[in-house]
Amino acid sequence: MNKIIEMEFFSENVAKIILEAPDIAKSRKAGHFVIIRMDEKGERIPLTIADGDPEKGTITLVVQKVGVSSAKLLAKKVGDEILDVVGPLGHATHIENYGTVLCAGGGVGVAPMMPIVKALKEAGNKVITVLAGRTKELIILEDEMRAYSDEVMIMTDDGSYGKKGLVTAGMEDVIQREKVNKAFVIGPAIMMKFGSLTTKKYNIPTDVSLNTIMVDGTGMCGACRVSIGGKTKFVCVDGPEFDAFEVNWDEMMTRMGAYKTEEHAAYEKYLQTVEKKA
Amino acid sequence: MENIAEYIKEGRKEAWRAELRKSMKPKERTSLERVQMREQDGEERSHNSMEVNLGLTEQMAVAESHRCLDCPQPTCTIGCPVGINIPKFIKKIEAQDFLGAAAAIKETNALPAVCGRVCPQEKQCELNCFYTQKLNLPPIAIGHLERFAADYERNSGKMAIPEISESNGIKVAVVGSGPSGLAAAGDLAKFGYDVTVFEALHEIGGVLKYGIPEFRLPNDIVDVEIENMRKMGVKFLTDFIVGKTASFEDLREQGFKAFFVGSGAGLPRFMNIPGENYNGIFSSNEYLTRVNLMKAAHEDYDTPVLSGKNVAVVGGGNTAMDSVRTAKRLGADRAMIIYRRSLEEMPARKEEVHHAQAEGIEFMNLHNPVEYFADENGRVNKMRVQKMELGEPDASGRRRPIPIEGSEFDIDVDTVVVAVGVSPNPIVPSSLKDLKMSDWGTIIVDKETMQSSIPDIFAGGDIVRGGATVILAMGDGRKAAVGIHNYIQEKVAK
Ligand SMILES: Cc1cc2nc3c(=O)[nH]c(=O)nc-3n(C[C@H](O)[C@H](O)[C@H](O)COP(=O)(O)OP(=O)(O)OC[C@H]3O[C@@H](n4cnc5c(N)ncnc54)[C@H](O)[C@@H]3O)c2cc1C
Ligand SMILES: Cc1cc2nc3c(=O)[nH]c(=O)nc-3n(C[C@H](O)[C@H](O)[C@H](O)COP(=O)(O)OP(=O)(O)OC[C@H]3O[C@@H](n4cnc5c(N)ncnc54)[C@H](O)[C@@H]3O)c2cc1C
Ligand code: SF4
Ligand code: FES
Repeated sequence: MNKIIEMEFFSENVAKIILEAPDIAKSRKAGHFVIIRMDEKGERIPLTIADGDPEKGTITLVVQKVGVSSAKLLAKKVGDEILDVVGPLGHATHIENYGTVLCAGGGVGVAPMMPIVKALKEAGNKVITVLAGRTKELIILEDEMRAYSDEVMIMTDDGSYGKKGLVTAGMEDVIQREKVNKAFVIGPAIMMKFGSLTTKKYNIPTDVSLNTIMVDGTGMCGACRVSIGGKTKFVCVDGPEFDAFEVNWDEMMTRMGAYKTEEHAAYEKYLQTVEKKA
Repeated sequence: MENIAEYIKEGRKEAWRAELRKSMKPKERTSLERVQMREQDGEERSHNSMEVNLGLTEQMAVAESHRCLDCPQPTCTIGCPVGINIPKFIKKIEAQDFLGAAAAIKETNALPAVCGRVCPQEKQCELNCFYTQKLNLPPIAIGHLERFAADYERNSGKMAIPEISESNGIKVAVVGSGPSGLAAAGDLAKFGYDVTVFEALHEIGGVLKYGIPEFRLPNDIVDVEIENMRKMGVKFLTDFIVGKTASFEDLREQGFKAFFVGSGAGLPRFMNIPGENYNGIFSSNEYLTRVNLMKAAHEDYDTPVLSGKNVAVVGGGNTAMDSVRTAKRLGADRAMIIYRRSLEEMPARKEEVHHAQAEGIEFMNLHNPVEYFADENGRVNKMRVQKMELGEPDASGRRRPIPIEGSEFDIDVDTVVVAVGVSPNPIVPSSLKDLKMSDWGTIIVDKETMQSSIPDIFAGGDIVRGGATVILAMGDGRKAAVGIHNYIQEKVAK
């Protein structure tokens, strides 16, 4: 059992959760994720380890409410236990001194970006971070990102905070201005697709972190498979980070919609039961 | 093998056995009919997840045991990969000492209730039975009798917890809780070791839990075995991936003196044909895991599964049979097997093929998929298959299927399950640089001791054999337990 030590809401739908997981806290690196199952009847969902403290034996998750499982998780309270937490899963991010690195994070994609930015900085890179969201309250982890980046640029679709515009506009600004040696783009699939089309124009090697549907997270089921460079890869064991230019984005987005009907029905049902209780 | 033959011969001399042999003439025995397993009606059971086979009654078991001739050279035992003393346990049943029968099986088989249900008896003990070999009659129903004895013991409430040597306090780790890991853990506990089983998933049991469905092997049966091992002092840690959550080195530092790796052949293979990544196309592992481990078919569980009306399952093994019969139970109107060889050559247990047929599963043998098509949402809606014919025998001794050019046609499907085999789980090997591996990704071990190229690491089951059977995995686990015991004793003695 893994106890929730701390919870902080960035907005109604996004929260940071600090969780007891001593073994994982010791062995995790930037880029790793965990799979959690809330209770006996819960599903297994993958979440990036945004941070960890080996001394305290805790890991940090940043979770956005998108459906039943994430809603149930955000409804937990400090002191509650999570039945299953397994990890660290996936390959750690490949970190080296590239020179200048552009890190573009959208939505909760900023959470997995945080440990990467931190590690890149420690490896001696100049890190320029672009944080993007639809509106001001969806911009998360700004202070943390400022602490590890040389520069942080903020983009909102509606201009309620930072500059008005899409993440790609912010990325273009940076690339026009100075030489960028490497890019990381993490966020919703559509944002990663267009973000990497932008870097491709300038031939900047780009890594993305894919968030496909998963079950076990250990390579056993193939639910997470996508085509990378024309070959089928399992995101949980071969990734989650891949060369952005090799990803078959259309296939990946189709696969992420596999359970749309079921997810939607389940969420409606969940909202009803929550309302009844309230 | 020498000593097994000796042990089997000795038992036969006992007075009670000689007495029983004399109680009935061999002619009378061979004239008896083979018992028929009671089972749920085919139509009815194709809509529920209850066990298909209902077991033998005491009368049925005793009647069947009378058929066994208690042969001087019991060839059945040669067919058994762990050398169960088959005539001894069958004669115990004839003597109506059912608990004694269970004890006799347990001398060599740690999980008889499981093996009685899932072993391919028709290729092992029953194939080698005197009845099959020399009399051309149906063999003794050895599998059914094994199941009977084990179930009798479990239901009697007198399940024997094996005797355990005095604790020696030496820590041994078992990686993976499939049949090989469970067998190794059980024997190591008997030898007095402090055993911890590490399991990556949230459930103990490996394929027995996430793969083989309830209608063939109810989870309760596996759970009883696990509970007994807990009583023997074995510790189980779920959600723990050795090589990820902690390394072997970390565990050595925590005092583990040896390891048994039974991490299985968990990686699903696909065929790499066009359209295979459309929605609605699953590996059998994903399909079965969603249903068995995550209970996706239950209303109140959160995990979803796509259960179609037209389901095609590609493959001919136990995994394919389990998937197609699961699809039927999830409400498919049409559930079919697409297999590139003939019906006779399907590697699945014969009983499962018969059961599937009785449940209305369609068999399209000598067909192979070549491409998939999807609707505008990316959900599979058609598969193109090609007809095959049989050519010369290949390395496996079976005739090679050859595609017939121009024979392609399309079938409407909304769900496809790909059950064409699995590869060894790479997590352990990739975390150990010095571990010697075969070209197929299996761990190379000494056949007697099951020791790998790293002295404190032993391995068995599917991670060593590729894909095998429950009984072979279990046998490996037991051999490895002896190997580990000798290894540690030698080191301690030094
Ligand atoms: C490697 C990885 C790291 C991730 N890290 C984070 C993170 O740090 N923070 C965060 O908020 N989210 C993260 N996600 C996504 C998160 O797992 C999903 O949002 C979550 O599973 C949705 O479950 P749900 O029941 O709330 O929503 P559902 O109603 O099930 O689904 C809503 C949406 O989530 C997607 N989804 C559904 N099930 C899964 C699943 N098992 N795995 C992945 N996506 C799924 C669907 O495509 C759908 O678009 C990550 C995903 C992956 C693969
Ligand atoms: C659907 C299906 C039906 C089958 N039907 C039959 C049948 O009827 N008869 C028969 O004899 N055989 C059958 N088999 C084959 C049989 O189940 C296997 O040969 C047997 O289970 C292998 O046992 P094992 O101990 O090697 O590993 P498994 O049962 O595969 O278990 C391995 C376990 O190790 C865990 N693991 C892996 N890596 C790690 C790690 N690094 N750390 C911790 N844990 C780890 C896995 O999660 C898993 O639980 C079937 C297989 C399948 C998939
Ligand atoms: S070979 Fe057949 S008849 Fe002979 S001992 Fe074995 S089960 Fe009995
Ligand atoms: S999640 Fe099952 S193989 Fe990746």
